[in-house]
Amino acid sequence: MSAFSAIGEDREIERDEFTPGIEPQATWCPGCGDFGVLKALKQAMPEVGRNPDEIALFTGIGCSGKLNSYFNSYGFHTIHGRSLPVARAAKLANPDVEVIAAGGDGDGYGIGGNHLIHTARENHDMTYIVFNNEIFGLTKGQTSPTSPKGHKSKTQPHGSAKSPIRPLSQSLNAGATYIARTAAVNPNQAKEIIAEAIEHDGFAHIDFLTQCPTWNKDAKHYVPYTDIQQSDDYDFDVSNRQEAAEMMFETENKLYEGEVLTGRYYVEDERPSYGEEKRQIGEMPDDPLAERYFDEDAEWERTYDNLLEHHK
Amino acid sequence: MTDNELIWRIAGGSGDGIDSTSQNFAKALMRSGLHVFTHRHYPSRIRGGHTFVEVRAKDEPVQSRGDGYNFLLALGDSFARNPQDEAYYGKEELKPLYENFDDLREGGVLVYDEGLLDDEDVAEIGLEEAAEENGWHLVPMDLRGIAKEHGREIMRNTAGIGATAAILDIGTEEFETLIEENMSGDMLEANLNVLQDAYEAASELDVDHDIEVPESSHDEEQVILSGSNAISYGALDEGCRFISGYPMTPWTDVFTIMSQHLPEFGGISEQVEDEIAAAALALGASHMGVKSMSGSSGGGFALMSEPLGLAEMTETPIVLVEAMRAGPSTGMPTKPEQADLEHVLYTSQGDSARVVFAPANIRECYTQTRAAFRIAYEYQIPAIVVYDQKIQGELRNLPASHFDEEPNADPGSVLTEAEIEEAAHHASGKFKRFQHDPEDGSNVSPRSVPGQKDGRYLATGNEHNEEGHISEDPENRIAQMERRLQKLDDIRADLDENADHQTYYGPEDADYGILVWGSQQDTVFEAVDRLNENGHSVKALGVSDMAPYPVEQVSEWLDSVDEALVVEMNATAQFRGLTQKEIGKYGDKLSSLLKYNGNPFEPAEIVDGFETSINGEDLAASNMKYLPAAGD
Ligand SMILES: Cc1ncc(C[n+]2csc(CCOP(=O)(O)OP(=O)(O)O)c2C)c(N)n1
Ligand code: SF4
Repeated sequence: MSAFSAIGEDREIERDEFTPGIEPQATWCPGCGDFGVLKALKQAMPEVGRNPDEIALFTGIGCSGKLNSYFNSYGFHTIHGRSLPVARAAKLANPDVEVIAAGGDGDGYGIGGNHLIHTARENHDMTYIVFNNEIFGLTKGQTSPTSPKGHKSKTQPHGSAKSPIRPLSQSLNAGATYIARTAAVNPNQAKEIIAEAIEHDGFAHIDFLTQCPTWNKDAKHYVPYTDIQQSDDYDFDVSNRQEAAEMMFETENKLYEGEVLTGRYYVEDERPSYGEEKRQIGEMPDDPLAERYFDEDAEWERTYDNLLEHHK
Repeated sequence: MTDNELIWRIAGGSGDGIDSTSQNFAKALMRSGLHVFTHRHYPSRIRGGHTFVEVRAKDEPVQSRGDGYNFLLALGDSFARNPQDEAYYGKEELKPLYENFDDLREGGVLVYDEGLLDDEDVAEIGLEEAAEENGWHLVPMDLRGIAKEHGREIMRNTAGIGATAAILDIGTEEFETLIEENMSGDMLEANLNVLQDAYEAASELDVDHDIEVPESSHDEEQVILSGSNAISYGALDEGCRFISGYPMTPWTDVFTIMSQHLPEFGGISEQVEDEIAAAALALGASHMGVKSMSGSSGGGFALMSEPLGLAEMTETPIVLVEAMRAGPSTGMPTKPEQADLEHVLYTSQGDSARVVFAPANIRECYTQTRAAFRIAYEYQIPAIVVYDQKIQGELRNLPASHFDEEPNADPGSVLTEAEIEEAAHHASGKFKRFQHDPEDGSNVSPRSVPGQKDGRYLATGNEHNEEGHISEDPENRIAQMERRLQKLDDIRADLDENADHQTYYGPEDADYGILVWGSQQDTVFEAVDRLNENGHSVKALGVSDMAPYPVEQVSEWLDSVDEALVVEMNATAQFRGLTQKEIGKYGDKLSSLLKYNGNPFEPAEIVDGFETSINGEDLAASNMKYLPAAGD
């Protein structure tokens, strides 16, 4: 029997398997967009076909970081902004496990911004869902990197002088190979995008628009949005970097002008994932490293046999 | 000073090949049967500037660099040259010569490269006068010329070795073998010629010195390596197969060695964007069941503070290496200090628990890194190996058999799927990863890893209940805190039983004691020998477990002496403070000898410091500080 018999199990996967048997008390506010992410994620799972034991979900800190309390899988609720580096190593240590990371806009685009650039650059095979509510939720409503210019909060009483970050463009520039934006108000699109992102072999970044009715009453997430893949007005090739970049620029402007555009912006299938690249240059073993610790036949070389000659 | 020892110093500019030449020299002496020790001194500069390496050779294991030296090979700093006109910048070029005057012992030999230095300049620095005064034997040789004749100027190192071999009458055989092992083709040919020519040229000079190169002594197969090598090999032998890091001197050494060897051992190395990420990656790999490590030096370790706390709270094992250099802030990047002790003990928020080992030497670097991994993985707790620039940079020989140990791949308290099936489960199907009262009473609740059937749990840095759910329930809080903290008592008991990390030195019934930790231990032991030869009654205790602190062993030992001098390389007596805090008494028994000028102690300084302390006098030396006992 393999050390990880949950991996690759061939059976129907049910959505309900991802609901913890005993629901911990919900700490999200009524009407919070985070419920939409949870729902979409659970709905995507039967399509992805992986069972709860073979999924590792890494979150940051914030309301969004509570996701794994409500999602039944292996979970690691890390520290503010650091879900990606923890998740990256997990994927390298055991590439057979499905790795998903999630967190808020403050978490992922602020304190963890540097990690996002580098994870995208390296194109790790994982999915990253950013709950973008344009505000710091858990710390009670401070301006976030995605809050619009002029946004007033207790810590920015005169209105922010900063322009919001452009997360999609930034990820494209950094090297992500699947970039999409979806919204809690469209569960079907959200579900499809999450499933695609998980199946994508490389770094998939989903900017997931969520509403925070408690602290961000004037966010525009309630306005009608447009699914760019469904609209005749937005015709472009998702595999073309140039066209994708232009579309992203447009949606990142429009988000603050009233119309919200969502959908897939960039999909690149050619580029090998980071783990694959590392394997090709001989810096990563063929079999999952984590397996070796359970393999009774594994040979553990000694430094005495290998390295000491050089020092004699 | 001590008879029958050679302390050979090679000086030049950074980038002049001083390092590799000294390594080969030390290795050759080791192969000829001597015990060797190297000490490196280098500026925080890439090329040029004054740098030197000392090789001390004796007929018994060498404990420290010793005091001063008796043979100088001054090559001159070739990077001080003006590239435009091949002229030299005034005295800058001469630094490797005159900067070394202070420590050259009476009657010592001084070989310098005439070919690179200007006679007039040499006259100006008062070389002749100094030599006269100290009875030095001056040996000017055109090493550069000999090198150029057969190859390139850079080979003047080899010429210097040839000259050394002739003057000390140790033959060139071992050096030739080493050159043959490391080179081929024209380079090999040229170097052999340079070696031979310089040897012959120096043989004709007939230098009348009285340095006696000791007789060979060891018969067991020896290896020569650095503390960083030993830490890396300890990690590999203990099954570490993942490392993540970001460069910072002197930690870079371990990071480099591991990165070079991990792929051949089937492991993974990651250079990442910063130290927060580095520690976070090590946690991620460990969460998946892989034995992993990270590390840094002062500033980088500061960034690891939060992931370190996360490791404690989620009980994810991890080994961190902290290679100390002089601080605060970026301090002196290439100079050793022992001033990060409190940093590694107390970094991170909350009542945090971690294990900290401070190996004394290269031998302990290996054994304690292994212990750090074993403890971390068995007890699910972060372990830190703290060492310093001194051990990092020095090379020492020890029997190869020291490393002839079986690997230990056991990931500690990780369950197999069969065991998970038996384990306590919650109604939700999540198993009780953080059980308050583990069945075996060990305070360790065994873990599962992602991918295992029915082992699901949530690891979180928030306080959590037995299944890992976030919880602020007061009773649960107490139970979890107690269990996590009590692991330290269990670890203390385990270490007392299985690992002898403290070193007792000198006569058991001595009146006075010297208490020392980490890298300064062996130097203190050498000083203890001299003090006892001088008629004092002194013993030493070298402590290598910083946390959990060996309270019982240290108190018993302190009870047995009238007074104890605590020797450490920092300005605020951090280890003495720790000892008093942990034991809660002895404030009236402990005084301190402190050094924080960027250089490690030399045995003679400890002898002086000790004598001053028992006479109640002020220290004469300005490079150290004496701090009297404070009283209870
Ligand atoms: C190092 C650190 N700094 C600050 C905090 C406090 N903190 C917790 S959540 C949060 C902001 C969360 O905002 P966001 O990522 O947008 O998530 P949301 O709560 O909106 O889902 C902050 C600043 C922290 N936990 N750690
Ligand atoms: S504060 Fe905002 S983001 Fe947080 S749970 Fe409430 S609604 Fe959601």
